[in-house]
Parts: sequence; structure tokens; C-alpha cells
Amino acid sequence: MTTNGAKMTYLSKTLILCAGLALAACTNPNRFDDAGGAGTGAGGLSGSAQDPTSAAYFQQAIGDRVLFAVDQSTLSSEAQGTLDGQAQWLMTNRDYTAVIEGHADEQGTREYNLALGARRANAVQEYLVNRGVAGNRLRVVSYGKERPIEICSNEACYAQNRRAVTVLAAGLGS
Amino acid sequence: MMRMIPSLLAALMLWVMPAFAQSSGPLRIEITEGVIEPMPYAVPDFVADSAAATEFGRNIARVIASDLSGTGLFREVPIQAHIGRITSFESPVQFADWRAVNAQALITGAVGLDGAGRLVVRFRIYDVFAGQELGNGLQFVGTQDGWRRMAHKVADQVYSRITGEGGYFDSRVVFVAESGPKDQRAKRLALMDYDGANLSYLTDSSSIVLAPRFSPTGDRVLYTSYETGFPQIYVLDVASVGRRALPTPQGTMSFAPRFAPDGRSLVYSLTQGGNTDIYRLDIASGASTRLTTAPSIETAPSFSPDGSQIVFESDRSGTPQLYVMAAGGGEARRISFGQGRYGTPVWSPRGDLVAFTKQSKGRFHIGVMRLDGSEERLLTASFLDEGPTWAPNGRVIMFTRETQGATGEARLYSVDISGRNLKQVPTGTGASDPSWSPLQN
Repeated sequence: MTTNGAKMTYLSKTLILCAGLALAACTNPNRFDDAGGAGTGAGGLSGSAQDPTSAAYFQQAIGDRVLFAVDQSTLSSEAQGTLDGQAQWLMTNRDYTAVIEGHADEQGTREYNLALGARRANAVQEYLVNRGVAGNRLRVVSYGKERPIEICSNEACYAQNRRAVTVLAAGLGS
Repeated sequence: MMRMIPSLLAALMLWVMPAFAQSSGPLRIEITEGVIEPMPYAVPDFVADSAAATEFGRNIARVIASDLSGTGLFREVPIQAHIGRITSFESPVQFADWRAVNAQALITGAVGLDGAGRLVVRFRIYDVFAGQELGNGLQFVGTQDGWRRMAHKVADQVYSRITGEGGYFDSRVVFVAESGPKDQRAKRLALMDYDGANLSYLTDSSSIVLAPRFSPTGDRVLYTSYETGFPQIYVLDVASVGRRALPTPQGTMSFAPRFAPDGRSLVYSLTQGGNTDIYRLDIASGASTRLTTAPSIETAPSFSPDGSQIVFESDRSGTPQLYVMAAGGGEARRISFGQGRYGTPVWSPRGDLVAFTKQSKGRFHIGVMRLDGSEERLLTASFLDEGPTWAPNGRVIMFTRETQGATGEARLYSVDISGRNLKQVPTGTGASDPSWSPLQN
């Protein structure tokens, strides 16, 4: 359009798109305004640690986790000892299934750590299956670096975070 | 190329001119040549045609100034220093008033409300020392709620006409809003304008969500969620906030999705039996095709803008490095050869560079390199920088920076591909995994 001799370009296309898009911006920003936290899916302890068939006993007396070296998914002899105990316990307590959570420390990208956590969880699963635990009682999940257990930023914490945790769930394997 | 200017101002002009590359006209910033001194400009309040429009006139001018000065390429001559007053959009500009305060560019505008209550914004850009208009005046019409977008559109025009590059202000960023300590951090998808305004949430924080990625038109977002207890890829419609899980085989984990340039398929990582490879999924049919078959980790795939190639991360050599393969898979060539570990490569929208995360000697960097691995440049360094995303014009990169220790927190930062103008992006809360939208229509 021309106004007082000034050069003006009337953008009819922009008019329509602007109007439409601006309406889309009217969505309520508070529709997901919650304060809830996210859980890891790690079940709470059940039963007493005195009861050798309880999840609490598994976690505390058997040991529910193994640790890994930087970037590695190889099971140390110490880790293998822990997993031997886990396998034996799982064979005795057949009402439980388990999810094996693989984790990484924060040194690494999000995507790489997800893949690395999966390798670690898988190493534990394969070991347990080789020791006689039915594969259909075990699932693996990787949390990458999303759920550190220790939150300092040095090797003392990183060593605890490079882990695979066998989390028990009640219920028969399917 | 010096134009005739009043002798009174000649000395001032000569003092200022060397700060700018003079390639194709008097008012020009060559981004690639590295601007040392930002170009001074003035943007008085837009002239309101009614009392109801006055506040819009002021606010629009402020957003334009925030956009332009935020690039580091422009410097606003503060309103308090103005001698001239723009009281009518149509009256001739008194260039001497703006030369006197050394404003090289002047942006004037008018704002009003039409019969339907819509906002009408007009503007012109002037080359003050040449005493002429730079390009044509334009008019935008939109809802009153969309006033910030109209301001961004004006600023994009100014940026574009002076730098010769595409703009990036009328764009949005989808990211992960974070709260709580590292060991129980709550995450949810959030959407905002590129400058942090108009924050809204796309999911709640009942499940971990990771790495949202905009579609090529900005209408959809791919992301990874632990909604089922296992990482799985979802596609979310931005307008309706409706979402659905993409089909992946039972007992697998999927993550690191990115759209193909046509928006109809995506590449992602799928983990099965502990091994992570790259797959392509056709969204309409749900059919997946496997693109890599190595026993190593293959992840973080990103398409070239023409869709013909994919850059990705693999530790097949023993450490994570960057590789390029054809979009259909097959042989890959390694492109990263520096000291350290490379990850999350993202192809530039201009096609000329790959941005990446690099880990070296206990530090993290955001860097860029050419597709043959040459001209690697590290733009940032900190305890933890990762996850670059490109501005629509391929000139600015946004990324996550996380601070260390028990109180560590993630925030978004942006930096020019020259390495200049590093700054935090306001999000109000902890924030990670940004994905920059294309310019909006």
C-alpha cells in the first residue's frame, strides 16, 4: 500500500499467519504447573533385612549393585562375586522379578551415557542368566547419567555412580 | 564508497567507519569478518495512533533493542541520549539529529489497533549517514498477544538487511526444565521464545524426559520419556500438546531421535541386548530400518540439511568420535581426529559445519568443524558443556552448561560461531537440552 508517497509493502500472507500463530500462543502456560518429582522406578524396601527372603535382605546382605571402571562394562571379580550371590538368591526366591538399572557418571554426553548404562545393565543380565536365572524374570533399563546416587563432582562420587543396580519387584516372571 | 556527508560530521564519520566492514554499502556488518565494535543504532518508541497503543509502541521498541543488542553486533544509542523525537511515522526524518548522536541505523515505527482490535505495526529502517531508507517499510498485523512476535519480526528484518544473513529472533526453543537436586532431579518439557519470554510447559514432571527436538517446521517435537519405566521416543504436537509413543520392539530402549529434513521420518538410537545402533523410522507407517550394525555404541544421529547424509557418534575406534554415513546407512567415514572424545554432532542448517560436544583433559567444550573434520574450533570451555543446537541462520549455537558439585545446576547458554557473545539464556529455572526452532512463518 502507499501512504503519503512512502513505500509500504503490505504483507497479506504475514497478516494471516501472524494472526493464527498469535492465537496459538494463548495456550495456558500453567496447564502442567505441577510440583511433582520424578521417581527412578527403584522400588522401596519391603520386608525386614532379618528376613532372608525379603527385598531388604537382598539389597543389604546380598548386595544389589556392582560398580564399573570409567567407560567400561566389564564385570570385576568383586562384581562377579556379588552377582553370584544375587543369582543364588534369585534362584531361591522365585517370586521376584527384577529390573537391572544401568547408570553412568556425569562425565560424558547424555546420549553416550544412556548407551553405556545399557551396556552395564546388559552385562549384569547376561551374567545372571549364565548363572541360571531365567531371562524372562529380568529386564534392563539405562538411566545414563540421569540418576546419580552421589552428587559430588569427583571420582569418589563418580565411582559409586558407575553402577548397575538389581531392583526387585514382587510378582512372577511372565 | 564514501558518500557525500556534511563536513561538520566528516571527522566523526571517519572515526566510526573503520569499525565496520564496508563491502556492499555504507550500512553493513560482515559477520564472518568478526565485528570488533558493535554498530550503534537508535530505536525510539514506535508512534502510537491511540492511547491504547502507547504501551505497545514502547514495548515493541524495547524488544527490538533487546534482540539487536543481544547479538553483540549492534549497540543501542540510549533513548536518553536522543536529540531527535519521532512524533510522526510519515514525517521526513531529521537525519542530522541522529547523526549527532552517532546512530548509524535508525528504526522508526508506528503501532495502532484496527477495527477488530488487532495490532498493526509498521516500521522503516534508515541508513542515517547515507540519509536514506534501507529497504522498504513493512507492515505486520496480528493479535495483541502476539506483539512480541511482531517486534521480533521487525528485528529480524533489521538484522537481515544489515548483515545480509537470515534472522533468528522470531523463533522458539523447546528444552527440558529442571528442578531439584542432581540425584532426584525433576524434568519436564518446556517451550519458550528464543529470548526466554512466553514460557509454557508441554509435559508434567512425573517421568524423566530428555532431549526434545523440533521438527523442521516447528509443529512437532520428538523427545525421550521414561513414562513406561523405560526410555522410549514420543512425538508431540506443539499446538494441541497431544503426544504418542513411536512403535519400537518390545524389550528395547530408544532415544536420541531427530527428524529428517522432510519431517516424515526420523533417526534414533535403539538398544537391544546391550548394543546401541542407529535406526530410521517412517512416522506414518511406523516401520524401522536399521542403519548401523556394529557391536559398538552408535548414537546421536543428525541429518544433513539436504537429507542425504547422517553425522553420528560412535565408539567403534575405542573412544567416542564423529562419523558421517549416507542416509541409507552403509560405510561411514570418521571426521573427528583431535585429542579427546566427541559427541552429539549436529549438522548446521547452512550445511557447512557440524557443531559438537568435546571432552578433553577433564573439560567439556562446544565446538564446530567442517564436514571433512578440518578447521575445528572450540567455542566454549567449562566443567560440562553439551548438546549444541543451531539458530535458524546457522550463526549462533545454544547449549547446556552444568555447574559441578552437589549444588550443580544446568542452564542454557548461547554463543556465536565466532566464539564471541557467550551469554546465559534466561529460563527462570534449571534448563537443559535446548532445541532451536526454525524461523516462524
